[in-house]
Order: sequence, then C-alpha cells, then structure tokens
Amino acid sequence: MIVGERKPFDEIKAKVSDYRKVLVLGCGTCVAVCMAGGEKEVELLASQLRLASRMDKKEIEFAEHTIVRQCDREYTEPILEKLGEYDAVLSLACGAGVQLVSDVVEDVAVLPALNTRFIGSTREEGVWIERCRSCGDCVLGDTGGICPLTICPKGLVNGPCGGTNDGKCEVTSEKDCAWTTIYNRLDKQGKLDNIRRIFSPIKYSAQTTPGLQVNEAYLKVETEGTDGQ
Amino acid sequence: MASRSFKEALDSGDFVVTSEVGPPKGTNIEEMLHHIDLLKDKVDGINTTDNQSSVMRISSLAVCHLAQERGAEAILQVTCRDRNRMALESELLSANILGVHNVLCLTGDYVSVGDHPDAKPVFDLDSVHLIQTVRTMEQGKDIAGNELNGPTRFCVGAIVTPEANPIEPQLLKFEKKIRAGIDFVQTQAIYDLDNFKRFMQYARRFEVKILAGIILLTGVGMARYMNANVPGVVVPDQLIRELAGAPKGQALQTGIAIAGRMIRQIKDERICDGVHIMAIGHEGLVPQILETAGL
Ligand code: SF4
Ligand code: SF4
Repeated sequence: MIVGERKPFDEIKAKVSDYRKVLVLGCGTCVAVCMAGGEKEVELLASQLRLASRMDKKEIEFAEHTIVRQCDREYTEPILEKLGEYDAVLSLACGAGVQLVSDVVEDVAVLPALNTRFIGSTREEGVWIERCRSCGDCVLGDTGGICPLTICPKGLVNGPCGGTNDGKCEVTSEKDCAWTTIYNRLDKQGKLDNIRRIFSPIKYSAQTTPGLQVNEAYLKVETEGTDGQ
Repeated sequence: MASRSFKEALDSGDFVVTSEVGPPKGTNIEEMLHHIDLLKDKVDGINTTDNQSSVMRISSLAVCHLAQERGAEAILQVTCRDRNRMALESELLSANILGVHNVLCLTGDYVSVGDHPDAKPVFDLDSVHLIQTVRTMEQGKDIAGNELNGPTRFCVGAIVTPEANPIEPQLLKFEKKIRAGIDFVQTQAIYDLDNFKRFMQYARRFEVKILAGIILLTGVGMARYMNANVPGVVVPDQLIRELAGAPKGQALQTGIAIAGRMIRQIKDERICDGVHIMAIGHEGLVPQILETAGL
C-alpha cells in the first residue's frame, strides 16, 4: 500500500487560511490503513482546524467527507457536484489521489494534507516499512523476496558494500543489511546460486517519468465498443 | 619507484607498496603536494580518495593529475555515490587522457555519513558494474554499446573486507569483482595476521594481486574507536594493550612500530603480494613506517 503521514499542522493551517469553505476529504484505502488519511483522521483534522480558525478569529467552514479511493474516477466523479460547493478541497490522500481529485474539479483548489512516503507494508502495529521502489523490473524472484533496491539504501544489486556491520546496515545500525538478509534467506532455501550471477545495472529507461501502463486487451475492447473512438 | 608503472610493479613479483593521500576540502593544496612529494619515490602507487567518507573535497582525478605531473604513479579511486554511469565513463576517459591508468573501483559510503546529508545518493552502478565498465571501455565501447574513438587502458582494482561480519555475502561479491576482471585488491584494514592468513588461503586461488590494508593506529583511543565504529575492522585486544602500555607521548611511535612490524611480517612470510598503507591525517609518517618495516 501507499504509506503517507500527515503534514505538520501549521503548514496545513497556513495553506487553507485564504479560503472560506473547505472540504476535508479522506481516502478510505491505503492511507486509512496507515492511519494518516481515513475517516477518523479527517474528523480529527477538521476539528483541529475548526478550533484553530476560531482562535484566529477566522471564518472558515470545514466540512468532512471520505470516499473509498481518491485515485479512482469511479469514486471521485460521483462527488463532483459536492466538490464544486467548496473553495478548496483539503485531500488526505496520497499524491496520486490529490492529483486525480484536482483533475476532476479543475476550478477548485485541491491541497495535500499528507506527505506521501512510500510503497510499504505494516511491520507491526503503527509501524510501516518501505518495500518497493516500483523499479519496473522486479528481481524479487531471485533475491528471496527481499528488495535490494529498497531495503539497501544504496540499491546495490550484486551483494553488500563494505559497510555491513554485524549484519546491520552502515546507514543505520537499527536496520539489518539487506544483503545479509537476502543471503540468509536464500541459504535456507538452498538457492544461493540465484545471486551468484552478476546482475546488470538497473534499466532506468523502464522507469519513465511519468510512468504509463496500458492494458492492450482492455483498450481493444473499449475501442471496438465505442466505434473506433 | 615511479620509474615503472603500477601494473609493472604488480607483475614484477616484487613486494608492492601503495599509500594514499586525501584531497583537501578547499583550494589550499600545499600540504597535500608535500605528502605526494614525500611518498612518490617510496611507493609503487598513491591512491587519491574520492570525496572520502562522503565529505566533499577536491576531485580524485584532479589530484591524480597533479601527482602524475610530479612523477608519482597515481591510483584513481572512483566511487559510485556521486556520478551516474555517463559521468563515471566520462571520468574514466578523462583519467586516461591525463595519463592516469590505475583505477580503484568502490561503491562509496552513503551520503548520510558525510557533510552533505541532503545530497542525492546516485549509485546508478555498483562496484561490480564499474569494473565491468572499465573492461568494456578497454574493448573500445561504452556500456551502452556505442563505439569509442580510442579505447581506454587501465589497471583495475577493487577492495574487500576480510573481517566483514558476516563474511559469506562479502565473499560472494568479492568473487563477482574478480569475475568482472580486476588486477589487484586493496583490503580494508587488517590487524590480526592469523585471521588474514586464513583469508589469504581462500583468496590465493584467484589470479589477482592482494595488498593488505594497513591503517596507522595513532593511539588507544583510535583503536577503540575503530572497533566500535568502523565496519569490518577489528583491532585485537593484544594491540590495544600494547598501545595503552606505551609511555606517555609515545602512543604514535608505538602505532608506527605496530604497522612496521606487521608489514615486515607480511613481506617476510609472503602472506600476500604487498601492502596499502593508510596513515589518515599523518601521511608524513609513511616513510617512517616503511623504514620501520625495513623497506
Ligand atoms: S525489485 Fe524492488 S523496487 Fe523493483 S519492483 Fe521488485 S520490489 Fe519493487
Ligand atoms: S550495509 Fe547492506 S543494506 Fe546497508 S548500504 Fe551496505 S549493502 Fe546496503
């Protein structure tokens, strides 16, 4: 999932201070799981903002709403009319969600309330860890399901640097060295041969900016169905 | 000794000695030039470090060039931290036209340990790729497959940490470096010669010259600091006691004696092919270390 964290309150407050009617818009998927942008967080942020604007003697109305996914037109388009009632939308989605909402209501300012951090998973309750840099050429099949591009800060694909210290990473001793972990896991699986070959440099051409993914089959059906349009 | 190239020194079968200078941070290079002059006729090659410890300094190549002009045989250290593959290849071409034909390929420390922690860490290639790159360019092509107008020529080296913990992943990478095509290896600092002999029993099977890394211990504080903070470096208790037992003001001399003694033993017992002496911040003492070692 996409992991995000809420921006500092003062930054959010300053960004909305020029508006009169603000919709605090939550996203019910990834950022709800990582407790940054779901319904509960919308409620909390909206009440903090109401309180702060009252103290600052400002008249800003803060409404609350949460949809299933802000990164999906299926959920953003149905609330188009509602969005149009506000001067600004304060989105608690990841960067993708913020942008899609902004594309949908072009004449309303859409402001991010989160800093999008990474693609990650839950490590323990309240702790999320980055797992994937979306490199476009996944090597997990060879590396024992541990991503060297992400878990190794240097993104090394051919084994550890000289900084490994008692199996910990040179960058932070709180983290295991990716290559110690990969080695041990493959050793357990009897698959060390997987990493004996020299892996090529990463193909950055596979990471076009911005990335675009097209499902050819789907596109074909669509085109046929709409008479070649 | 710069009468012969570093490659010739390696091929001669003689006991090979290299040392290094750290380019300064700033334009005042007097002291560094003094160190180069002091070392150039006493060693077979002088490494110039590349933004060592992720601290921004004069470039390794600029210092190599100055060193060569003064008659030294320079070894260009190149890390993968600060440059993408285009910049690295360009650096290699530049080195060759400036007469620098020795390169040590390194991964590089992470940016967070240095003085520009917000810089973008590049690591487009890793050290194995960098070695492959040098070898590819010698065939007259860049690594994207484009023709070069004139190939490069290099004596290529890499590093290994014989005391890395755990050692197996380290050796896996070491073997990739060898397969990628290196001529020499300079090891991370070693202090326990029995352990090092065991490492050499393993490493002897490869056709590559190995120079043992010798870092001058300046006192018991430094020895303890290295044990606590430098990955893959182990200063045994016995050496710590020896440094601690040095008479007041004599710790540095004891450190020189230890380094000299180790070098002498490595040479006498032919444990490996040579040594790489690092006297970080005390480059001026390298001649004295060599003298103590009987070199
Ligand atoms: S190799 Fe790592 S960064 Fe690339 S797709 Fe797989 S998990 Fe993601
Ligand atoms: S210690 Fe391991 S994880 Fe950390 S940078 Fe080096 S190779 Fe990567």
